[in-house]
Amino acid sequence: MSGGVDSAVAAARAAEAGHDVTGVHLALSRNPQSYRTGARGCCTLEDSRDARRAADVIGIPFYVWDLAERFDRDVVQDFVAEYAAGRTPNPCLRCNEKIKFSALLDRARALGFDAVCTGHYARLSDGVLRRSVDPDKDQSYVLAVCTPEQLAHAMFPLGDSTKAAVRAEAARRGLQVADKPDSHDVCFIADGDTQAFLAERLGSAPGPIVDTDGQVVGEHQGAHGYTVGQRKGLRIGRPAPDGRPRYVLDISPVTNTVTVGPREALDVREIVGERPVWLAPPPDGPLECRVQLRAHGEVYDCTAVLDGAVLRIDLHAAARGVAPGQAAVLYAGERVLGSVTIAAAERAAV
Amino acid sequence: MVTYLDHAATTPMLPEAIEAMTAELGKLGNPSSLHAPGRRARRAVEESREIIAAAFNARPSEVIFTAGGTEADNLAVKGIYWTRRAADPRRDRVLVSAIEHHAVLDAVHWLADHEGARVDLIPVDERGLIDPAALGEMIGPDVALVTAMWANNEVGTVQPVAALAAAAEGVPLHTDAVQAAGQLDVDFAASGAVALSLSGHKLGGPPGVGALLLAKGVDPVPVLHGGGQERDVRSGTLATAAIVGFATAVQIMAERRAAESARLAGLRDALIAAIRREVPDAILNGDPADRLPGNVHFSFPGCEGDSLLMLLDARGIACSTGSACSAGVSQPSHVLLAMGADGDRARGSLRFSLGHTSTEADVTALAQAIGPVVERARRAGLS
Repeated sequence: MSGGVDSAVAAARAAEAGHDVTGVHLALSRNPQSYRTGARGCCTLEDSRDARRAADVIGIPFYVWDLAERFDRDVVQDFVAEYAAGRTPNPCLRCNEKIKFSALLDRARALGFDAVCTGHYARLSDGVLRRSVDPDKDQSYVLAVCTPEQLAHAMFPLGDSTKAAVRAEAARRGLQVADKPDSHDVCFIADGDTQAFLAERLGSAPGPIVDTDGQVVGEHQGAHGYTVGQRKGLRIGRPAPDGRPRYVLDISPVTNTVTVGPREALDVREIVGERPVWLAPPPDGPLECRVQLRAHGEVYDCTAVLDGAVLRIDLHAAARGVAPGQAAVLYAGERVLGSVTIAAAERAAV
Repeated sequence: MVTYLDHAATTPMLPEAIEAMTAELGKLGNPSSLHAPGRRARRAVEESREIIAAAFNARPSEVIFTAGGTEADNLAVKGIYWTRRAADPRRDRVLVSAIEHHAVLDAVHWLADHEGARVDLIPVDERGLIDPAALGEMIGPDVALVTAMWANNEVGTVQPVAALAAAAEGVPLHTDAVQAAGQLDVDFAASGAVALSLSGHKLGGPPGVGALLLAKGVDPVPVLHGGGQERDVRSGTLATAAIVGFATAVQIMAERRAAESARLAGLRDALIAAIRREVPDAILNGDPADRLPGNVHFSFPGCEGDSLLMLLDARGIACSTGSACSAGVSQPSHVLLAMGADGDRARGSLRFSLGHTSTEADVTALAQAIGPVVERARRAGLS
């Protein structure tokens, strides 16, 4: 129970359905100064109190479990290391994979619980994971990294509801968090300034910004400050010869180089994914399906082919701004088939 | 039916205290008012003061009512520090035992952070016993205050207060007797301490009231400023009903103490034996003999204290992992760490504390639950 409205209603529904429910709030920081003071995310002392109060109203026991060390190691340090390696991680996804449905689930099961119930917006029944009925809130993307074993011990009671319905239900149940604003940004970056957070941990490492011909067009203060597809904040003095805006195409931590180019150079037709997780039987041939490349991102028709340990995804239409480190999640209609971590994106010929 | 083994957190109010307090709540008068209703309330407060003074061998004028143990600790620690330093600016050191309650420890650290105090921790041995000889070596003309508790709230070790007072060589000694007052013979005059903290709800009275016993001539600088109701040392309208409930509990506790302490010690030893029988590798923390009659404190190797607490709670048994912090995340106990325990032993510990409503049935209930609970918590391990 994060202290937000979704997990509160999920807990209430699970309790009402007759389950023996215990509320758990995860303490994810041992250092309230950096994560908690003024944090806009989901780990503040106020959130802990809100969660406790919601559990009181629902009438279930409530405890705070300290998973700060695991969170720091598996999510925060991973986040920093991924940026240092030139990739763009999604920490919410990693938190589901390593904390909520791993550290938390393992401990809960050892203590005698059967499942972890969360306020995620996704439908799960008989091992089949599907999108939420509320397309704006759908969180199947960030759950798709979970294995069938993990999902066998998961419950998402909100999958059939819209956010508006959940808020109305919270108000009806007398939960004070009914109109609490949604959390945004990365929860462990208190002020929301990801660049400053990374700069503090990775330091500054000036290097060249080059164009697709290898021509140096500017200098950066650290390649970790850039994301593929980024346009703003490049601070390149000279305009491009054709006068058109330039975008980050590639980040190479080895040479500490950021490559920029025109918008169409971002077009990607083929993606190589690693660490596949299957929530449907793995394909034994070319798989015609759809793929989503970031949270709340567009969905593309594609053909996916398993090639040893990697999955090659041919996009039927070009996608733009595909960042290594993000997940590519395969769907058949609303059903999640599986996911891979994007290792490389082959740009279409410019 | 809850098996309540957390009397050190708070113990049920005695029925007589509820009755006396409830009756007083219906009556009128501010004890500081000069008219008849005021005089009636004043009389209730002063009778209460005399009862409390008699129970702890203090003079009535030495009883300063406060809003609880924490306020009493803050007033003693900060107030006496300020007074002593004002009298001689060289006195800027505070000697504090390493196992104090946070109400003392954090007040001392506040003095260090905001008032330039130098703080030295008086060490304890592996049983949690404060060493008077160590204090003797630390004492000097630059010491403003020594503070050392009468009995530890976590592991229950009873401290040699008189020996500590002697080792302080005339430097004022404050002692937090919040846990001791309900279960031990606490004699303020004989203790050698000049300030002693008490709390109402730890001995069968209401929460929200306590007292600082303050020897004549010790005048701490006030922490709360206002009407100066209590000897000009503590301001705030006296909470007559709470004070009456507090005094009623103190009186009954004093009458029953000898027999009740022996009864609790018997239950305590039965509980210790039962835990050792069910969990042979459990480690008893604190002094095996010289501990509070109601205190049992064990470390369960390989277990997280939080897991044990939750599993027992689910079986209707209420106990404590020690000191909780604001978000509900327990930190390894500073008391156990000061006693030389490693982090895992500190985290895997539970306190079971007995009080006036405890019975053999409580011991039996825990004896039946603890084995399976420890086994399960061990499977969950240390996260």
